[in-house]
Amino acid sequence: MYDFSYHTPSTVADAAAAMSGAEDGKILAGGQTLLPTMKQRLASPSDLVSLRGCRDLVGIASDGSTVTIGAMTTHGAVAASADVKAAIPALAALAGGIGDPQVRNRGTIGGSLANNDPAADYPAAVLGLGATVVTTKRELAAEDFFQGLFETALEEDEIITAIRFPVPKSAAYVKFDNPASRYALVGVFVAHTSGGIRVAVTGAGQDGVFRADGIEAQISAGQTPDSSSIDEGGLNTDIHASAAYRKHLIGVMAKRAAAAAS
Amino acid sequence: MPTVSMTVNGKQMSGDVESRTLLAQFIRETLDLTGTHIGCDTSQCGACVVHVNGDSVKSCTMLALEADGADVTTIEGLAQDGDDLHPMQEAFRDNHGLQCGFCTPGMVMSAIDLVKTNPNPSEHEIREWLEGNICRCTGYHNIVKSIAAGAAAMRGEKAAAE
Repeated sequence: MYDFSYHTPSTVADAAAAMSGAEDGKILAGGQTLLPTMKQRLASPSDLVSLRGCRDLVGIASDGSTVTIGAMTTHGAVAASADVKAAIPALAALAGGIGDPQVRNRGTIGGSLANNDPAADYPAAVLGLGATVVTTKRELAAEDFFQGLFETALEEDEIITAIRFPVPKSAAYVKFDNPASRYALVGVFVAHTSGGIRVAVTGAGQDGVFRADGIEAQISAGQTPDSSSIDEGGLNTDIHASAAYRKHLIGVMAKRAAAAAS
Repeated sequence: MPTVSMTVNGKQMSGDVESRTLLAQFIRETLDLTGTHIGCDTSQCGACVVHVNGDSVKSCTMLALEADGADVTTIEGLAQDGDDLHPMQEAFRDNHGLQCGFCTPGMVMSAIDLVKTNPNPSEHEIREWLEGNICRCTGYHNIVKSIAAGAAAMRGEKAAAE
């Protein structure tokens, strides 16, 4: 890992200012992806702006219709939260299935979303539940936030402060995970929301997380979902799985998630 | 060079570090506490697990500066008084929970964090919890047995495995 200048602002406004002043700055949240990436020298930022001093970014609030999670809240805290378990148990379960216990004790929801790894779990919940990503500059609908592989709508000096999840009638997330990394080979989030059925697929798409409207239509019509509506041409092929296998898994995971969410 | 200060095993410690110094490096190279091992250096294996403010973390995937002001416990901090091992360490010894022993510090630190939130874990829960700890001798059977016995001892019961 190349060395860098380290900053610990105590407010998110100061963090944004530090980012603006840095030549090639990066925000450090839990560091569970960024630090390994820097060790491999795939990233070599001039400055790291740590959010660990921004205590108002940590915490979970639930008012019955919305669960708001601060960006620096760890996966472990979301998984263990009585509020999240009561309002959106699928979200607590998803958080409890990320990585391993030690990664969950450091990794944060804001960091995961800002990174937008195409195989990460949280994007499926944010898109599947139609959550709102709150930043230092604006509020972004999930559909507008995710912009492709490791790409988001975030500007260089824009920082996620919280995520607002509308509480669904019911929801479930089922993933087929890579046994080594626990990243999703395919993960499907199914939610019964006030606006209808929403289905989000992670791990599979060449452009990252996506909504599967064909599967949404099947579940809405009371049918058992399958992957016939999924375009295999838009799916990833890598050392872990072919596009054809991922397409098959989308059907299987969707079926399980739909059954668990019904 | 930035200075970092933290409480390690109950003692106030500080040192000058590079920004990029990992917590595992600071513990091993600056503080000479070499019980914390670095196995993979890629946050897979868990040999480097320590407690930061009571939670188990992989010290190879945390900057030393991120632990500034924190309360850190390493494997050396468990047995406070000479020969009296922590019940979880004792259980690993009694149940032959180690072969080469390289992964053991991380296994023990991880196991104690499990018991903190789940005082009576099932075998399945122990195996799930060990997702982030790899034993290359593949001695998992006795590790799981050790953790069950250690949990029982920490609850104040006689080790169930005996």
